[in-house]
Formats: sequence, structure tokens, C-alpha cells
Amino acid sequence: MTQAAKRRRSTLVTLGFLAPWIIGFSVFFAYPLISTVYFSFMHYDGFRPPTWNGSRNWSYVFTRYPLFWPALRNTLWLVVVMVGTRVVFGLGVGLLITRIKTGTGFFRTAFYLPYLAPPVAATMSFAFLLNPGTGPVNHLLGGIGLPQPGWFNDPSWSKPALTLLALWGIGDLMVIFMAALLDVPKDQYEAAELDGAGPWQRFRYITLPNISPIVVFAVVTGVIQTMQYYTQPIVAGKVASGIIGNSGQQFEPGYPQQSTLTLPQLVYNLAFQRFDTGSACVVALVLFALAMACTALLMRRRGGLIQAGD
Amino acid sequence: MTDVLTPPRTVSRSVSGPARAVRRKAVLRWIAVHAIGVAAALFFVLPFVFVAFTSLMSDNQALTRALWPHPFVWHNYVTVFRTPGFLTWWKNSLIYAGAGTALTVCSSIPVAYALAKFRFRGRNLSLMLVVATMMLPPQVIVVPMYLFWANQLHLTGTLWPLIIPMAFGDAFTIFLLRQFLVTIPNEYVDAARVDGCGELRTLLRVVLPMAKPAVAAVALFQFFYCWNDYFGPQIYASENPAAWTLSYGLESFKGAHQTSWNLTMAATMLVMAPVIIVFFFAQKAFVEGVTLTGVKG
Repeated sequence: MTQAAKRRRSTLVTLGFLAPWIIGFSVFFAYPLISTVYFSFMHYDGFRPPTWNGSRNWSYVFTRYPLFWPALRNTLWLVVVMVGTRVVFGLGVGLLITRIKTGTGFFRTAFYLPYLAPPVAATMSFAFLLNPGTGPVNHLLGGIGLPQPGWFNDPSWSKPALTLLALWGIGDLMVIFMAALLDVPKDQYEAAELDGAGPWQRFRYITLPNISPIVVFAVVTGVIQTMQYYTQPIVAGKVASGIIGNSGQQFEPGYPQQSTLTLPQLVYNLAFQRFDTGSACVVALVLFALAMACTALLMRRRGGLIQAGD
Repeated sequence: MTDVLTPPRTVSRSVSGPARAVRRKAVLRWIAVHAIGVAAALFFVLPFVFVAFTSLMSDNQALTRALWPHPFVWHNYVTVFRTPGFLTWWKNSLIYAGAGTALTVCSSIPVAYALAKFRFRGRNLSLMLVVATMMLPPQVIVVPMYLFWANQLHLTGTLWPLIIPMAFGDAFTIFLLRQFLVTIPNEYVDAARVDGCGELRTLLRVVLPMAKPAVAAVALFQFFYCWNDYFGPQIYASENPAAWTLSYGLESFKGAHQTSWNLTMAATMLVMAPVIIVFFFAQKAFVEGVTLTGVKG
């Protein structure tokens, strides 16, 4: 075989191996993304053919669509509070599990298991546990004389309730932090102890610097997950409001009082409930821009995070 | 890879140690750590316990604030299985998760292998595109995709729009497999090539047997992803109850049994059960997968 023929053959082999993804990327990513940009400038209700609408969808979403800014505000709240508490709690549980010496298998499994509960089932469980009428949580809170919040039925408690649900499923972060904590060189701790460093100093000057790439990883992936946060708030809202299925009433997302709205729910609301394809695509593109910004952040960090090259 | 869910061997404590004060401090520390551990375990386990107890209560008792079922109504589970549609949702979830997992794994392996072991122009760019699609919320592209399945192919209201895309590789699966395959030394691949193996045979005979744990991990992840998926079935299957999956059907179950938390919780238990059973059989593969998720290059 000549050199050129060999090279052509190897290119063909490469293309053959990549074929499933090349097709998948084109049909299920590139085409719909371009199509989303196209529809964001069109008026299309799903029945009559699309007509040019200029930038009217964009100005509608940003200035007059009543759900857009509440959804963005909620996303910001979730990024700060939910992601923040999840990282701190995950690190705490990771530290705890590395110190537990008896019954380790039981504790690890118990801490990890909730992460596996399917989101709909987990949300349903918490909607029951936290329901103000018969829920065991308020029963116990009342028993020790504490206030009994309305949780998923109270706009100022619905996001904390979702945060509680997210803390319950901490298993993924626990495992990642645990692996990182076990990788911290033991001799550094021993040296610090000889120098008379207390527990806090050891954590501050040895543990944290060693695991900081993992902390950043946990924060950034947490933010990306928040951009996609959909199932838990919508199921919680539906169960708490009692509007489910084909009962004739249409479920306006974000119950109670738009307090659990997130951007992905807007795409569903606009496209499949209001049949406003154009505006739905505008929100989808905002979501795309935010997700890509976070991903770029994740890929640019050097040392331990996702690295494209080798 | 550290096997993080199995307990490490306990370090033998030296009794004939230095001062007793040190030992006393160690004992107190042990008590403090394990007390916090028990409190945390309660936080993680009690929700399951309350859900399980409620699922066994009678209709009347479920309307009260009681915590302990009296009497135990095991029949609730029979009632749930007899609910019209419930078995169909089970079947659909199994089809979606089973076929989806098989197709995803088969179509992602060659792509991951090419990204890990072939040298070609645009490889890093391809990998970055894979990561980018991995991070993309499914809602970004859902509008044109829905129109595509509904207007061009007339397949909404079936499981096909959920299953067919799985035959064209999944970004997360490709990425995780690739992360594992780069750790296999190139010498194995080169040796196979020198022995005259084609690329496909090298992959199937040499590389795949070494990658079994990673393949098992991504298969599990994909199975759980499909089983848990709510958005996909809501968009593509909701118009036809015969195509609902468990995750989607569970919600309408609550709608139909508005006041009976006991039946809803029994159904919830039945949605969680397969995932938890699968986990206990495949704990090791699962945890390996979690630590693979980009933490180690």
C-alpha cells in the first residue's frame, strides 16, 4: 500500500468508529440548535406555518413575559444557597465518613443510598414527608415545640424544602470528596501535628489546599446541574398544588407563587402549554448560553478538572 | 481506584501505648464521630422508613398523623399493581432502560475508543464538543426535536423518540469510557496492531476485556438515567398513557389517588425498589463510575 492509500484508509477507519457520534451530534444537537436559533426569530404556534417575527420574541421574553425574571432570580438563589450548602454538606459528610472506623460499610451505604432514589420518587416522598397536614416532619417539629412551616405550599419555604431534598441526595459529592480526602498525603498531617497544628489549622492549611480542585469541580458541576433543574421543582409544585394529570386545570409552573420556577420549566411552559414556539426558543438559547459559560469555566481550569487534551 | 464503599481494614490499636490520656482522648473522639455518624444516618434513612411505613397504612390511618402502621396493610401493594396502567408503565420503563442502555453502550464504545487511542486531526475539538453536549440541558433543543418527531416522523406517543437517539452515542457515556480507555497503556494496542489485528479486533479482543469495569459502570449509569428520566417521557410519551413510563406515571398515580398517601407511597416504593436492588448487586461498579466522572484525568 502506498503512504497516501494508507492514510486514506486510516481516515476511513477513524470516521467509521466515530460514525455513531457524528450522526448523533448532527441530528440531535447541531440541527436542533440551528433550528432553535431560527425559530427564536419566527412566530409559530405549531399549527399555521411559521412567519418572520424579527426580535419580537426576544423583547417579549425579556420585558413582558411574567415568568422570566422570577425564574432567573430563583436560579440565582439556587446557585448561591442550594449549591453552596450542598458543597459544604458534601465535604462535611466526606470528612465524617473518612473518620468513621466502626460500621463503615453500613454508614457509607446509608449516606449514599438516597442519591439513587429516582427524582420523581424522591420528590414525591419529600412532598409527603413535608406536607403540612399529615407529614411526619411537621409532626416531629410540633412535638418538640418548633414552628411548622408550610414547606412546598409556602413561597418562602419551597426553595428551602427543595434544598433539603438536594442535601438528602448528597451521595455523589460524598464519594467524590471521600476519594479526594483519602488522596491527601498522610505525612503532611503527621508533620503538621508534630509542629503542634490543631484540627482547624490542619483542615485549613493541609486539607483544603489539597482538595481545592475538587471543591471547584463540585461548585461548577453544581451550577450546571442547577441550570438543568427541572424534575424536582415541577413534581413538587404539582403534588403540593394538587393539580396533576388531565384534571382540566392547567398547571402553571412555579407553584407556590412562582417560587419554584426555573428556566427549563419556562421552555416547557412556553412551547407546550402556551404554544409560543418562538419565545420558548429564546429561553432555550438563554439557557444554552448560561450552560456553555459554565462548561467553558470547567474546561479552562487546569489541574484535576476535565481536561480535553492528554 | 479506591474501593470506597467497602470498609478499610481496621488499624490494630496498640494497647501498651504511651499515656492513658491519649487513649481516653481517642475513645472520646470515637464516640463523638460515631454519634454524629448516627445522627447523619438518621437523616438519610428515616425518609425511607417513613415512606415504607406509610405505604403499609390503611386508608383511614394514612389521613392521620400516625407514624406506625396499625394494622399492616400489605394489600396496598396488590392494589397498586392492580391499578390500570401500572404494569404497562413498568414494562415501558424496562424497555426504555434496557434497550436504551444496550444501544447507548454499543454505540458509544467505538467512539470512546477512537477518541482515546486514535491520532487524528480535530481529536481535541471532538472531545470538547462531547463535553459541551454533555453539559447541555435537554430543554435547549427540545422544541425542534419535538417538532421533528411529531410532524416529520409521527412517532410521539410512543417510546421510539426516547430509544432511537440512544443508538447514536451518548456524550456522558462516551466521555466516561474515554477517560478510562486513556489509562490503558498504548503498548497493548500497539502489540495487537503489530500482530496484525485490525482496529475492530483490537478493540473487541484486547481493549474491551480490560475495560469491563468501566463498561459496567456506564451501563449502570445509563440504566438509571433512563429509569429516572421524567422530562423525556413527559414530552414525547405523555399524549398516550400506553407509552408512559413509571417515572411519569407515578405522578398521575398521585393525581388519581389524591387523598391516599398510603397507595402513593406504596407506588413510590415500587419505583425506587429496582434501582436500589440493582445498586446492591453492582455497588463496586457504580462507585468506580462516580470516581471516574472527570475527577481523575
